[in-house]
Amino acid sequence: MSHKNSPPSIPPSGQGKSTGRRIGVYICYCGGNISDYVDVEKVREAIASQEGVVVAKTTMFACSDAAQQEIIEDIQQKKLDGLVVASCSPKLHLFTFRGAAERAGLNPYLYVQVNLREQDSWAHTDDPQGATEKAIKLVAAGIEKAKLTKPLKPFRLETVKRTLIIGAGIAGLRAAAALADLGIEVVVVEKEQRVGGWLSKFRSLYPHNQNGPQLVASLLEELEKRENVTLYTSAEIVEKKGCIGDFEVKIKTGSNIVTHNVGAIIVATGFENYQPSKGEFGYGEAPQIITLPEFKELVENSQGKGNLTYNGRPIQRISYIYCVGSRQSAGEEAAHTYCSRFCCNAAIHTALLVNEINPSIHQFHFYRDIRTYGKFEPLYEEACRQGSVFIRFAATEPPQVVKNNGQLKIKVKDLLTAGEELELDTDLIVLVTGMIPRENSELVNLLKLPLGKDGFFNEIHPKLRPVETVIDGVFIAGTSQGPKNLAESVASSLAATAKTAALLLKGYVELEPLIAFVDKERCQWCGLCAPACPYEAITKTNLAGKEIADVNRALCKGCGGCVPVCPQDALHLEGYTDDQVEAMIEALARGSSN
Amino acid sequence: MASHDQEKTNQDRAPKSFRPKILVFSTNSISDPGIDLAGSSHLHYPPTVVVLPIPCSSGLKPKWILSALQKGFDGVFIAADGTDCPYLPDCTDRTAKIATTAQQLITEHGFEPARVKMAAICSVCAEPFVSHMKAFYETLQSLGPVGDSLSSKSKPASSTSSPSEANKKTKGK
Repeated sequence: MSHKNSPPSIPPSGQGKSTGRRIGVYICYCGGNISDYVDVEKVREAIASQEGVVVAKTTMFACSDAAQQEIIEDIQQKKLDGLVVASCSPKLHLFTFRGAAERAGLNPYLYVQVNLREQDSWAHTDDPQGATEKAIKLVAAGIEKAKLTKPLKPFRLETVKRTLIIGAGIAGLRAAAALADLGIEVVVVEKEQRVGGWLSKFRSLYPHNQNGPQLVASLLEELEKRENVTLYTSAEIVEKKGCIGDFEVKIKTGSNIVTHNVGAIIVATGFENYQPSKGEFGYGEAPQIITLPEFKELVENSQGKGNLTYNGRPIQRISYIYCVGSRQSAGEEAAHTYCSRFCCNAAIHTALLVNEINPSIHQFHFYRDIRTYGKFEPLYEEACRQGSVFIRFAATEPPQVVKNNGQLKIKVKDLLTAGEELELDTDLIVLVTGMIPRENSELVNLLKLPLGKDGFFNEIHPKLRPVETVIDGVFIAGTSQGPKNLAESVASSLAATAKTAALLLKGYVELEPLIAFVDKERCQWCGLCAPACPYEAITKTNLAGKEIADVNRALCKGCGGCVPVCPQDALHLEGYTDDQVEAMIEALARGSSN
Repeated sequence: MASHDQEKTNQDRAPKSFRPKILVFSTNSISDPGIDLAGSSHLHYPPTVVVLPIPCSSGLKPKWILSALQKGFDGVFIAADGTDCPYLPDCTDRTAKIATTAQQLITEHGFEPARVKMAAICSVCAEPFVSHMKAFYETLQSLGPVGDSLSSKSKPASSTSSPSEANKKTKGK
């Protein structure tokens, strides 16, 4: 059905005044979750005579198929042009009932959800009468809002079937191959002269001794077979315009600038290794104190030589200190408070490589906690079996490095033997350093990428939307998002690939229409709103000789941050207009208007 | 604790069981889930607290806050996004500015600025939300019903002295 009576452009505010609308209201028992504390029937009686209400019903489970079917039939038979379901939080079922509305032929934006469970019955189990009075107000406000809804259409945008990948490490290269196979053109931009990133530095990666340079070479070979992949090295992004579906990016390669239009961007810029400060566990004060990547290089270069030597001296006793640059206490300046996830596994795997070179080398691991999670537990067991000694220290009492005439010694309180003081001579100290975010402020600025508290790029939700960012069309992959090992990086890059492909293969994207709009009469273009939008969605436009503000529908996020900035009150947000908010406040203050 | 003169003014109007009505502006992705969590955890707060969700606390218009008081709410609480805002990096500052502007606006109309309160409520801030509600409820109980603010003062145009007066009254809270 179509709804005939669209509301006047400036409807009367509040007071339950007539808007000529026909609203259906459904109040849910939620099987007792609501009705045990809220007198649902009393709420129905209170709002049934409210202006505009044509259908007022209670239902045991509004979300059940049968109840949804009833709603759909009512919409069609009673020619409803607005729908209110008072049930649980909109986070659960907003889209369920928008869907029901749509199936009934009603524009989904004519639906309003009222939260009677999380924000009423469950919060006031101690006061059923208060909860019932509150429910009446909440439903009345929902009805008033529904009476002022407008049918809205998601904004449809054509997408360009090409992706930009920033960073040609394992995450970027793997995503490039996968996207190319899905028929999406790929442009890869790498800042360094060579591709491969950290992976090309290591020849023996845990847990299966994968050879990094070989992996990179085979991936590169695969990419060369594909005609729809362009790779720029020694290149960087210098400009980005446009929005999801059609970004225009300028890439600087040497003295040239090339421009590409891409529908999506995958950021896979990787990590930096934590560099201990001078004096941190003696780092920089004695040559035999090195970081994990430095040690790994030494071990890999010694494979098959039957002995481990450093600076010409044979190594017989190695000490590892874990959690260097990870899990720092929040009080420290620029502290890395997170667990770096990969380092326990990497250090223990390297210790096993040392055993292969020369099993008589003694290895001592000083740790706070060991996290050889999931399938990596056998690494730890194998290290123990082969003679590695694990000594636990308290976070408050880290081991001390003592230097005496070029001889190194570690002093530590062994937490597991009731704090016994140990002193161990050692030939080499390996600081097991973690991953830290790469300094990327120019790119962050350019793409408006959100950073998490740890300084890595931030996803929308770590479990539900792990590779999406708040910038539509910009995805993150690999260790640019947080510490990951090789397999985890690839998994996340393939997740970003899937998201990108789902977006671009469809050919178009639909954007939420609940965004800002300009009152063309009132706007005088003072220019205050444009800088208030960090997404650059507001620009100046010319309407029949008058300069006014214009909101780019594709760029606007619908936050409303520009709305209170306007001195003329000429900016409004769909779904949260003055009329709607005022009518809701009125109803919330007084309850049902009748 | 209300000052003496105010208790006197409110004595005859405010019944002992005065239950302040609070309007909370929450935000769809941050503070509203936090308030949901308070309910899911069965934490109690007064049922005269009602919540109106908007996308972001920086999109709040000061005139809506004034309007809430004029329509009978005794206080307005802004459950701000704070630093968790998914849209605006400077959301805290923006919302604080809106709260300040709203306080000025309501003061001009004869309401005490303490009737507007703002605090960042994160998506898991169930307990902080509840303690904010209880504290604000008590503040408003000592301020008295919103109608008293108006009837004890002259109308907007001539209320130039009211800001300082209102400030005096809310001191020590």
